[in-house]
Amino acid sequence: MSLSTSMPVRLAGCGKTFADGTRALEPLDLGIAGGETLVLLGPSGCGKTTTLRILAGLEAPDPGGRVLFGEAEVTHLPIEKRNVGMVFQSYALFPNMDVAGNVGYGLRVRRLPEAERRRRVAEVLEMMAISELAHRRIDQLSGGQRQRVALARALAVRPQVLLLDEPLTALDAALRERLRVEIDALLRRLGITAIYVTHDQSEAMALGDRIVVMDRGRVAQVGPPREIYFRPANRFVAEFIGTMNLLRGELRDGRLVLPGGALPLAGSEAADGAAGETEVLFRPEAARICASEAAALVGRVRSAQFLGDRTRLVLDGVARRTVIVEAPGRREFRDGEAVGLTIDPTDLIRLPD
Amino acid sequence: MLRGGTSRRGWGFWAQLAFTLLVCTFLILPAVLSMLAGVTANFFQGLSSGLTLKWVVQVFELYSDTLLLTLGIALACLLVTLLIGVPAAYVLTVRQSWLTRLVEEVVTLPVAIPGLAIALALLLTYGGFGDFRQSWAFILVGHVLYTLPFMLRAVMAVLASIDIRTLEEGAASLGAGFWTRFFTVVLPNAKSGILAGSLMVVTLSIGEFNLTWMLHTPLTKTLPVGLADSYASMRLEVGSAYTLVFFVMIVPLLVAIQAMARLERRAKRTRPLREEALPQAVAETPR
Repeated sequence: MSLSTSMPVRLAGCGKTFADGTRALEPLDLGIAGGETLVLLGPSGCGKTTTLRILAGLEAPDPGGRVLFGEAEVTHLPIEKRNVGMVFQSYALFPNMDVAGNVGYGLRVRRLPEAERRRRVAEVLEMMAISELAHRRIDQLSGGQRQRVALARALAVRPQVLLLDEPLTALDAALRERLRVEIDALLRRLGITAIYVTHDQSEAMALGDRIVVMDRGRVAQVGPPREIYFRPANRFVAEFIGTMNLLRGELRDGRLVLPGGALPLAGSEAADGAAGETEVLFRPEAARICASEAAALVGRVRSAQFLGDRTRLVLDGVARRTVIVEAPGRREFRDGEAVGLTIDPTDLIRLPD
Repeated sequence: MLRGGTSRRGWGFWAQLAFTLLVCTFLILPAVLSMLAGVTANFFQGLSSGLTLKWVVQVFELYSDTLLLTLGIALACLLVTLLIGVPAAYVLTVRQSWLTRLVEEVVTLPVAIPGLAIALALLLTYGGFGDFRQSWAFILVGHVLYTLPFMLRAVMAVLASIDIRTLEEGAASLGAGFWTRFFTVVLPNAKSGILAGSLMVVTLSIGEFNLTWMLHTPLTKTLPVGLADSYASMRLEVGSAYTLVFFVMIVPLLVAIQAMARLERRAKRTRPLREEALPQAVAETPR
């Protein structure tokens, strides 16, 4: 199955104020390249679903906002005229039809000839490896099967844009991980423009060419997963994505003075010559455990959690707040034990003021 | 064997069984006797006078027009409640606001208000329109007012339980316009509610007495009104035969309602199945 074009999509000045006056979305400009997978990520109520619904045509943006599919403005077209494919969190499969009926619905609505319809339904069912379910009723399907039928139904109409609203949230963790890999492979292979809404950061990292992190109706940061993870633009992104440690202390002679010792900073920051209170951030996996004598910072183990491939340590005494680090390997840690930490200055994250 | 039985089930079980049977007998006996009276040659002599169908025949001779009128009104009432009730239930479910909640409450009022009061209000307001007042349509209006909430409730309950809004959004995303969605997604999925509501409306309309008694004219008598009339002015056997006819009409409908409810419960019990081994999708590119 191939899709004719990879449609670029653009939102221009799209805000959304609900009838009761609450502002769900501040005016937003967002461009999505043809074939790109863009993930909208954020906690509930951040406006990600509203953004998706504006793209879909299920909500109209506030006056002034414009939605463009390629060169064409579709702001005033309802969803049924936009030729999008949508996968809903609850799947929204029709209980009155069997699997083939659901997958063929969009083709029936488009009045495709019977033979052509059958051929395309069979093709999509085969692609999703659910051909043998064609004549099952929806209530005879498991959650994972329903998810695939929903995806097949959305793809059968060969949409210009694929919209996915938390499509994996209703599934258990193991299945979620598997289907995530499948969806990723599918999107890459089809080369379709896709917008994917989720509150799960690992899903966002794995699937997104770019991630839009949203917070209370605003875009907090847009960028590729690595940039979002390693160079968060602000405190919200830093704390929402992954685990982040905060070190706050006095800057003196290019080193950050903390309760647990003095941490060397990178050259450029040290050269600023600025003194005074400052803060830096680092990820748990950025710290290396070493002997106390050779370490820049020293702390005590408050608790140690063995995770198999690594041990997650919560340390007291390093900074004003507890610090979480990860130690690889077989070494065992006792509560109260003193451990030393070194952190490469390039792994330290400074937020723009 | 008997000892084994009594030791398994204590005297409490038998006492409860006896009590239950007693209550059942108490409730069922009048119905049975009444129907029996309808086929007894002479009620005052008892069954020894012999069984006959002549009273039933007499009922058909005297009241066949009420029978037809009752069925006619019931079907007309069903048609009107379907045409008004199903779209209304859809709108009330999909557009939740203070206005729709108010409408819902107002429409439900006739269930709580005595039929006599509704009839009186109708007579006060429209009694002056002679042709209308004397036609069966006048009774139909009363029946529609009274039965509409039952249709509404039945359909709304089903629509609410299947999250019709998201289903419609799904259909819209696949290119279906409003009418296509309504006929291919909304109606088929509301089917069980529509069927349950329909049976309810027909049953209630056939059995309705309060309203109808106030609204009827000598020429627009329905079955229950005719029943009251025959009790008041005919031999007891004729009235009883009338009851028999009524039972024969209404019982199949009641059984159908029960069967619907059972189907509904069974449908609710089906849950998503256990995850089966899913074959790997997207393994190869079919051409």
